[in-house]
Amino acid sequence: MTSAVEFKKTSRHFGKVKAVDNVDLTIGEGEFFAMLGPSGSGKTTCLRLIAGFEQPTQGEILIFGESAGGVPPYLRNVNTVFQDYALFPHLSVAENVAYGLMIRKVEKSKRIRAAEEALAMVRLEGYGDRKPSQLSGGQRQRVALARALVNKPKVLLLDEPLGALDLKLREEMQEELKGLQRSLGITFVFVTHDQGEALSMADRVAVFNDGKVMQVGSPQDIYHRPKTRFVADFVGSSNVLDGTFPGKQPNKNVAASLRPEAIRIVKSGGHEADIISVSFLGAVTRIGVDVGGCKLQVLVDKAQSSLAVGQKIRVNWSNDDLHYMEAASE
Amino acid sequence: MNDAAIMTRENRSFLSRMSDTLWRKPRLLLILLLTPPILWLGIIYLGSLFALLAQSFFSIDEFSGLIKYELTLKTYRELLVPANLDILVRTTLMAVIVTLAAAVVAFPIAYYAARYARGKWKAIFYLSVMLPLWSSYLVKVYAWKLILAKEGILNWLFEVLYLKWLLDAYLSLPLIGGNSLSVSYTGTFLVFLYVWLPFMVLPMQAALERVQASYLEASADLGATPSQTFKNVLFPLALPGIIAGSIFTFSLTLGDYIIPQIIGSSRLFIGQAVYAHQGTAGNIPLAAAFTVVPVIVMGFYLWMAKRQGAFDAL
Repeated sequence: MTSAVEFKKTSRHFGKVKAVDNVDLTIGEGEFFAMLGPSGSGKTTCLRLIAGFEQPTQGEILIFGESAGGVPPYLRNVNTVFQDYALFPHLSVAENVAYGLMIRKVEKSKRIRAAEEALAMVRLEGYGDRKPSQLSGGQRQRVALARALVNKPKVLLLDEPLGALDLKLREEMQEELKGLQRSLGITFVFVTHDQGEALSMADRVAVFNDGKVMQVGSPQDIYHRPKTRFVADFVGSSNVLDGTFPGKQPNKNVAASLRPEAIRIVKSGGHEADIISVSFLGAVTRIGVDVGGCKLQVLVDKAQSSLAVGQKIRVNWSNDDLHYMEAASE
Repeated sequence: MNDAAIMTRENRSFLSRMSDTLWRKPRLLLILLLTPPILWLGIIYLGSLFALLAQSFFSIDEFSGLIKYELTLKTYRELLVPANLDILVRTTLMAVIVTLAAAVVAFPIAYYAARYARGKWKAIFYLSVMLPLWSSYLVKVYAWKLILAKEGILNWLFEVLYLKWLLDAYLSLPLIGGNSLSVSYTGTFLVFLYVWLPFMVLPMQAALERVQASYLEASADLGATPSQTFKNVLFPLALPGIIAGSIFTFSLTLGDYIIPQIIGSSRLFIGQAVYAHQGTAGNIPLAAAFTVVPVIVMGFYLWMAKRQGAFDAL
């Protein structure tokens, strides 16, 4: 696998703030790569470093093996879909899409055709004459996508592109983006704070916190085998069991993660638990239980209306579902 | 009042009941608010303007010096005699040059203020742009006269720097030169530029404020060099602000009669001609005809700006 983008001990500090701190990362060609993390974790800055809007204070970035140091954004063959879409308000949709081609002095008839094709690809035929202000959020998002893809970039950067859309549209666009990526074979680097989005779309995920990469791996890896407490908690809000927990633990200094859906309610055996909260989430119900002073989240797949706060139940899990993490703290 | 009352209706004072009525009838409130300004604008402001314009269609009797109240275009023919036409061309050209120069000088200031200045620096920006507007216009103009005069500080500075020859060479140029800067068109231009600059900076800054940083990044991302980004994104988006500013600088220069009187060659500008004709000469119709010119020039300018799509990005 050749690498499309490579971070080599890259840092970007703003004064004392270490937005990106000593990141080593390799993004393969043709990969759908997600950068996941809470806001302020450095994922967007990483994206801006690839685009060239920021320069690393230390280390370097290679794009297809070439150092990008000192190369301005307009000389990089990468394109960005901005979080706020950044469509030019004074240009029509077609002019927006054809902007990159116009800059590269592509013949007018050719670029009109290319813009139409790109708009068709995102299912917006016939919208070319409108102004961006006349479009809905989802349509704007697709125009931004077409505007970037029409340039046939080597790497497409997407900065929380689905953040402003409502749930149903977001799910539709996830499918569409994934399909586009597969058919075009372009490397997608996707920044998001939504773990569901990252897990469902990406080939590989990098989890960011405080400017550092906590873990890189496949969605399954990240979900089932979190390396740190932060990853366990941030991705799928796992239960983290410390050494004090009443159960089998080989080493008291090692913490284990336990997915909420791995815990079952049992009639006998297991551990006694008090229900302290019940939230109905539709397909599943999330209950919070207190097991001997340790608070756990449990996902119950059938809406069990009999469950109520204050009730005493018994819970159990298989020791195979306990995943021991490398570091006990953080 | 009953503590348990959900809605209080009784014991409302007169003023409170009045405001209740206005709350129920928002249209009445609107009428009350708008009537005084509409009366002012409609009758006193526009009314007197049209009364003035109407005067331009009368003429003056050369022998008696009295105004003949007959509709005629004779006064407008008088406007087109070479001496008067010179005044119109001179004033319009000056207004164009002042406006262009103001746009060029104001852009970096407005750009910095909109893009980079935050918090304290933004306050300092506003203060330094507005501060000159708080002092008297006449004081500023006379101060400039002292700066530009032959015995003034600028002359002295050139002398100290051994660059007097440069200033002399410039002053010996035809048209823009003169005995000293304070009696040349260059001096008039400099003072116009100084006095009207805030009127260009502020609307331009407001327009640039709405240009999101991501537009510029998106343009660079799509391969545009900084100069291409300026031409294709920044300038078109700033244009409504530039037009708004230029309306100020252009029309203020067209109408001013004090600056060219204090600083400049003694050749007349439109404002001075109006002043002279309605005052000492007592030729109100010709004065009125002169005032029609800036109105027409501005109307034409706005029409052109609209046709060029200057307001599309509004």
